[in-house]
Amino acid sequence: MVKKRLIPCLDVAGGRVVKGVRFEALCDVGDPVELARRYSELGADELVFLDVTATIEGRSPTLAVVERAADELTIPFTVGGGISGIEDARALLRAGADKVAVNRAAVDEPRLVTALAEEFGSQAVVCAIDARRGEVVTHGGRNPRGLAATEWAREAVSRRAGEILLTSIDADGPRQLEVVPVIASGGAGEGRHLAAAFEAGAEAALVASIVHERPERLPELKSELKEAGWNVRI
Amino acid sequence: MKVVLADHGAGNPRSVCSALVRAGADPRLSTDSAAILSAPLVVIAGVGHLERAARGLEPLVAALRERTEAGKPTLGICVGMQALFEESEEGGRGLGLLRGPVRRLRAPRVPHMGWNALAVRRPSALLEGLDGADVYFAHSYAAEPAEDVSVADVEHGGKIVAAVESGPLAGVQFHPERSGVAGARVLANTLAWSRSA
Repeated sequence: MVKKRLIPCLDVAGGRVVKGVRFEALCDVGDPVELARRYSELGADELVFLDVTATIEGRSPTLAVVERAADELTIPFTVGGGISGIEDARALLRAGADKVAVNRAAVDEPRLVTALAEEFGSQAVVCAIDARRGEVVTHGGRNPRGLAATEWAREAVSRRAGEILLTSIDADGPRQLEVVPVIASGGAGEGRHLAAAFEAGAEAALVASIVHERPERLPELKSELKEAGWNVRI
Repeated sequence: MKVVLADHGAGNPRSVCSALVRAGADPRLSTDSAAILSAPLVVIAGVGHLERAARGLEPLVAALRERTEAGKPTLGICVGMQALFEESEEGGRGLGLLRGPVRRLRAPRVPHMGWNALAVRRPSALLEGLDGADVYFAHSYAAEPAEDVSVADVEHGGKIVAAVESGPLAGVQFHPERSGVAGARVLANTLAWSRSA
């Protein structure tokens, strides 16, 4: 049986990990690869690097960070943020990313998902969907898109996205998308939120603030989940 | 120890090269048949589609076949393992060095994505000390060997062949380069196996 995964998400801007209110008052918390290695040592199953400024500024994430991560990490990682086409994805995957996460560009042009899966294989394509009250939003939540999140998720699956990264776990999203793994994100402030995401059918949960405050929380969370009967990698 | 990665132009050799360096090897990427033929160990890495990888490997098929006949070791990783086999449901066909098709997984959730425990079924040079270890999988297709070459399987909506060994050929469906400490051990075992071959 495949294990339930915990995936720390590192927000990256200008080659550094940042936190704070997204898009404003970003505060530097360190080197992405150093932090990623720390999480890996503490039992992270996988990592996500999200270039939080990329879509806004219209540029691709820093390839140098991806290359260093590929050389130094021994667990898989996904890179997202500002990927607008096949060539952006190719550059990131060539630099050593295991998967790319597309968000806004895929909402703008759904055929991008199909094209990426054809070019790189489904296993390399994560379709990230930000939802608010069931509606797809982009640009850090500022642009509502008039599209139901579950409908868009189903279309992304039919276009052969390998995984769906859902920021809203409300309703029964993961259950309805049973044919591909769903990574749940958002609202996971505590261990019981992670368990709730797994209960709802998610294969993996993204963790951010929950572990950035105190990275040692990661192995604690895994132990708690294990004790609660979840099949996690210890 | 020199290791040559067969360059088929698809997939992502960087992380495999880095993992081999950590394991103490001296890897390089090559499209040169002579380099493939003479290497102490050849690795065929790959992600994505078998058809694309197989097309990229075409110029190297003769060299890969010849080194196999000469008993020189080759490791296939993920799609690289599938490439050792025959026709694929996905389209295209592998090198046919091992018999059996490559089929789409029949599990309820595909891709098979994440950490899963190896069940080692027989003495294995590559998987020594790894029975029950979690390693990382990311695939929608898998080889179904027609001969008795499977050394380990994994459970995901049924048994999936996780590793094969047959003379100088070995394949792992998972990603040792992305499987932490367990993956590093697989690569160290592989280097030891190819030294003794």
